Amino acid sequence: MDFEPSDDQRLLVESVTRMLSDNYSFAQRKGYMALPEGYSPAVWSQFAELGLLGLPFAEEYGGFGGSAQEVMLVMQAFGRVLVLEPYFPTVVLAGTAVNTAGSAAQKQAILPAIAEGSLKMAFAHSERQARYDLTDVVTTAKRNGSGWVLDGSKTVVSHGEAADKIVVSARTSGDRYDADGITLFLVDATASGVARRGYLSRDDTRAADISLSNVAVTEADVLGEVGKGLPIIQRVIEAGIAATAGETVGAMEAMNEMTLEYSKTRVQFGNPIGSYQVVQHRLADMFMAQEQGRSMAMLATMSVDNADDAERRHDFALAKVGVGQAGRYVSQSAVQMHGGIGMTEEYAVGHYFRRCMVIERLFGDPAYYLQRLANEIR
Amino acid sequence: MDLRFTPEELAFREEVRTFIRENLPADTRDRMKLGHPPRKEDTIRWQRILNAKGWAALSWPKEWGGPGWTAIQKMIFLEENLMAPAPELLSFNITMLGPVLIQFGTEVQKKRFLPRAANLDDWWCQGFSEPGAGSDLASLKTAAKLDGDHYVVNGQKIWTSTAHNADWCFLLVRTDPNARKRQEGISFLLVDMKTPGITVRPIISIDGSHHLNEVFFDDVKVPVEMRVHTENKGWDVAKFLLGNERTGIARLGKSRERVNAAVEMAREVNFGGKPLIQDQTFRQRVAQMQVDMKALEITQYRVVSAFDKSKGAGKPDPLSSVLKVKGTELLQATTELTVDVAGPLATPIWAQELEALNEPDDMMEAGSAGTASYLMLRAASIYGGTNEIQKNILTKAVLGL
Repeated sequence: MDFEPSDDQRLLVESVTRMLSDNYSFAQRKGYMALPEGYSPAVWSQFAELGLLGLPFAEEYGGFGGSAQEVMLVMQAFGRVLVLEPYFPTVVLAGTAVNTAGSAAQKQAILPAIAEGSLKMAFAHSERQARYDLTDVVTTAKRNGSGWVLDGSKTVVSHGEAADKIVVSARTSGDRYDADGITLFLVDATASGVARRGYLSRDDTRAADISLSNVAVTEADVLGEVGKGLPIIQRVIEAGIAATAGETVGAMEAMNEMTLEYSKTRVQFGNPIGSYQVVQHRLADMFMAQEQGRSMAMLATMSVDNADDAERRHDFALAKVGVGQAGRYVSQSAVQMHGGIGMTEEYAVGHYFRRCMVIERLFGDPAYYLQRLANEIR
Repeated sequence: MDLRFTPEELAFREEVRTFIRENLPADTRDRMKLGHPPRKEDTIRWQRILNAKGWAALSWPKEWGGPGWTAIQKMIFLEENLMAPAPELLSFNITMLGPVLIQFGTEVQKKRFLPRAANLDDWWCQGFSEPGAGSDLASLKTAAKLDGDHYVVNGQKIWTSTAHNADWCFLLVRTDPNARKRQEGISFLLVDMKTPGITVRPIISIDGSHHLNEVFFDDVKVPVEMRVHTENKGWDVAKFLLGNERTGIARLGKSRERVNAAVEMAREVNFGGKPLIQDQTFRQRVAQMQVDMKALEITQYRVVSAFDKSKGAGKPDPLSSVLKVKGTELLQATTELTVDVAGPLATPIWAQELEALNEPDDMMEAGSAGTASYLMLRAASIYGGTNEIQKNILTKAVLGL
């Protein structure tokens, strides 16, 4: 066991942190939110220049051959400043889908384009009725000559509007809730029959509902095997859980630092509030939650490549619960310790609170995964 | 970063597990599986078996009988030993006195005491707390006056665990009542418990056990060569010792073993016409503990791995306060679980009357033993620096407040 980042990983974190400290003050971020895209295309280009957009892809596809560890470290840095850009849906979700299941031709067509910053993607799996149930897919794909026709709708797709290409899950056989019969397709966002309705999510990023009406795709757009999409979706979601676990750790660090600083400067009853033991112990509890959460983020990261399905699923459930609960505790406490100012839109802490709240229910909340763990106990 | 165990570490775990399985006396294991604490003779016998194997003096250097393990190996051993379940090494001997003598002791002290401490030929106890000096340890008053070639000790210690079993005591005393700072007038003495003038009085804990004591010192003569380190520098020794006490403090293996035992028990007890194990609320509670245990396990390995990297040179890791708080919260939660599973069978006291009354009844015995642990482990968040003191430590060390 060795928990220290390598020299290369340290350099990566340093360069990302430097770039973000130049470009991602809270005030700058507000400016990006006001842009038509809801994020900064200029920052996106800088991600490309730094190699972040190809981080987990093989070098032959223009990537850097990084692992889940590098992704975790970058997401941690992103979490510290609440990055708005569509890194997560493009590189982590869709990137993992293509990386895991794509043919050589699909990888060649997509991964280098992501890496150079010219292609943004989204991952459209969740449907309105499904809540957290991965097999609840009623969007259909029907054979049409040599291709397929997609019909249905997807909901709360992160950065669905920004995407040039969308990974869409659809049922090619079987019934709602069947594990078999789900297939992944690569769909052009501008294809005929694709309609996107965007809206703002609580975490200041944009999401979209996507409807598919008679959308024609070719055989070459099938990602992975027909009917065998679920295991791919699971791997995508696990990569997503690991990445957002890292992001949550970064957000917790930022909130704890902010709260500590505030406790040193906010004077009440003649003393900084940080001089009162009741506040100190709350800060100690927040620190402990952050560190336990960091341990769980590490568990998620080290589980991404675990080939043992049962063990991997178990460890991801543990990590998702642990990180979710830690993020919730730290963010609620951070607002509480700030008092009134923590309730305001103009102050940063509430934005971290909301990002943690969104991450917590991404791909299943702690109650969902706790239930899954409970079902393993016999 | 490699967050997996190395093949060598996995092989080591297997070696430890096999050795414990093959050498732990069956009567000890059976009692402990039911949730009883080890008896004095269980602890002595097991420590001697481990010492013969070279595994008792965990973090001591090889020249004093240590196994030469990394901190990760040490942690693996401690976890396996707890999960067996086997008696723990006597911490007074192994994690407190041993490292103190190795760091501060004279050659004579080392030669005389270390081999006997490793083999548990001497049972040591810790004379630190006093009626007026608990969390505020530096306010201790027990006095030692130099008189020729010996000190004369007068005063009282309290909460002295296993003093009634002990052959020797390491003792904090005040040698300079006029020191400018309270911490500067304290010395660290080694005292033979058979010395005239020592009186040990039992304190019965809420679980009914005799674990704690009051120890009175009435003109007790302690030879000056039994002082460790410089006179009036005993606080440095105490700080070193308390820093050492942290490493295995989470006792995670114990929590794991207790949860496993509670799950076993939940298969046997009824809840609404079905085994309790099938109840979703119960399962979710166990699942939550699995989450908390996993987080603690990884945090624990982060601490010990950092210790290995720094070759133990750094100051005690403030993260070890996280281990203490989270570890003891879990220990307490797991014993609560046992008690709740046992239900009404948790209430009788397993003693002679009940043993005589019943046919052998594992459930009743385990329920009662579970309650004893539940009661006794309320102390876990009090001893070794209360959990509130741990948060003060974090406040200063990590937050800088």
